[in-house]
Amino acid sequence: MTNTTALPAELAPPQARPFKHSADFTPRYWLFSLPAVLVVLGVIVFPWIFTLYMSAHDWKIGGGPEFVGVQNFAELFRDARFIESMGHTAYFTILAVVLPILFGTAAALVFHREFPFRGLLRTVFVMPMMATPVAVALVWTMMFHPQLGVLNYLLSLVGIGPQPWVYDPNTVIPTLILVEVWHWTPLVMLIVLGGLAGLPREPYESALIDGANAWHMFRHITLPLVWPFIMVAIVIRTIDALKAFDTIFVITQGGPGTASETLNIFLYLQAFQFYKIGYASAVVVIFFVIVVMLSLLLLYARQKSKWNA
Amino acid sequence: MKRLASKIGFALSVFVLVSPAVLVFLWMLSLSFKNELDNTAFPPVFIPNPPTLKNYLDVFEKNDFALYLWNSILVTGGAVLIGLGIGVPAGYGIARGKSAKFAILILIARMTPALSYLIPLFLLFQMTGLVGTIPALVITHLVITIPIIVWIMIGYFENVPMELEDAARIDGATSWQAFRHVALPLARPGIVVGGILAFIFSWNNFIFSVVLGGKNSRTLPSAVYNSLTFEQISWGPLAAAALLVTLPVLLLTVLAQRQIVAGLSAGGLKDG
Repeated sequence: MTNTTALPAELAPPQARPFKHSADFTPRYWLFSLPAVLVVLGVIVFPWIFTLYMSAHDWKIGGGPEFVGVQNFAELFRDARFIESMGHTAYFTILAVVLPILFGTAAALVFHREFPFRGLLRTVFVMPMMATPVAVALVWTMMFHPQLGVLNYLLSLVGIGPQPWVYDPNTVIPTLILVEVWHWTPLVMLIVLGGLAGLPREPYESALIDGANAWHMFRHITLPLVWPFIMVAIVIRTIDALKAFDTIFVITQGGPGTASETLNIFLYLQAFQFYKIGYASAVVVIFFVIVVMLSLLLLYARQKSKWNA
Repeated sequence: MKRLASKIGFALSVFVLVSPAVLVFLWMLSLSFKNELDNTAFPPVFIPNPPTLKNYLDVFEKNDFALYLWNSILVTGGAVLIGLGIGVPAGYGIARGKSAKFAILILIARMTPALSYLIPLFLLFQMTGLVGTIPALVITHLVITIPIIVWIMIGYFENVPMELEDAARIDGATSWQAFRHVALPLARPGIVVGGILAFIFSWNNFIFSVVLGGKNSRTLPSAVYNSLTFEQISWGPLAAAALLVTLPVLLLTVLAQRQIVAGLSAGGLKDG
């Protein structure tokens, strides 16, 4: 599921203000959260613990669990397909973070200025990240068709030969990155735009008096001030890119062969194609550790953004 | 002269930024209104001539589109309503009670890949015979809706001044009354934003229904995906179905763009 963590809103940890009120109110506040605590224990915490339990067992759907300790993990690191999927994930993640950050920051600088129809054009620009990923992926699949696809036709207009897009092991990951960049650049734009909105005016005024040009002002004033927001965008984007699933699954299902099989696709196939529950759970545990570490980095980045802003 | 050049350059950069989004959605629209012959023509036909509604009629007549639409409405509607009922008070409780630990738990829940909840929930639903039922999907979608709503509501309730609730309490109101009649009405914009975002992410969810949905209980995204594997190149109906699936979300984006942008950017980043 690509889109659900894509929220800067989750960057708001409760502020640690000292208690202003007598302690006897606190337990009552806790009561407000009680239903949510129960549901979260049931559908979120229970699955975590159960996954940990399963990762230490050999378990196929239909059979019973058999305790095997860390054998699943040992086996994973000997599994060439798993190692390969880690490589694909790293390749995909790096480009699916760097490119949206660059384009999204540029887009934010553009949308920060006043121009006619800005609101409407911003809505259009944001649409890809809201659209249902499956629906969008289906349209991309049709556009990538080697003989009948519109993309190869458009390329032929500017004198570029037909591309194999997702049908060649060498071009499949770059092509999927293209879709990911199209999909998620708007999110980076919104985060950086939020940063730009809070910039003070004074440094620019004095820089203008000193005769600075636009690039200097961007490099020495805008960039350092917006940097914390870009940091937040980088971490969110990293977590989302690691989790990318819907579009890859719909467009290639990890193919051709296993050329675009990322960690998440590997996990899905192990669990729901091969029914190796214990083995897949071990993948989840590794995935979980990576994601929690990145989440902590996110909190840290947010703290830093508070200090600097 | 230089001013004009920079104006044209700026207009060009806006054009370059917006065109990929416009192109994909227009192409989707074009595919959905063309007949099969034009859709497989090369060079491609861009403007449907004459436009046909056959693809849309096909979607409703040849597939159980209406059933899947109803499933999507039940699952997303249920998960959003339960999410609001549970998540809004929780956001209040966390904001006022300063329960940072629960907040961090919710944050990590938002970060964890959805796929990782699926294995244990799948086994659980299998044991209880709920696999392939609407309630199983609603319960699973709570994994999406509750964390979003709680996070957004924490931000909004923190901005509701405490003094009004204190005044109410001095006048003899209980904690619940102070929440229900003082804090809740003030946080209404947050409820709208949280509800909209929870709706969008739940509606768009694909993988839960692929694994847990049955033949008669799957939601729209996985139903459309399934029609891809059964029919070969039948682009018109597929594009029409894809457009219908994403249309509610796109309309919501256009109508509520200010709230959505506020929820995505300001809600989390401004208050820091």
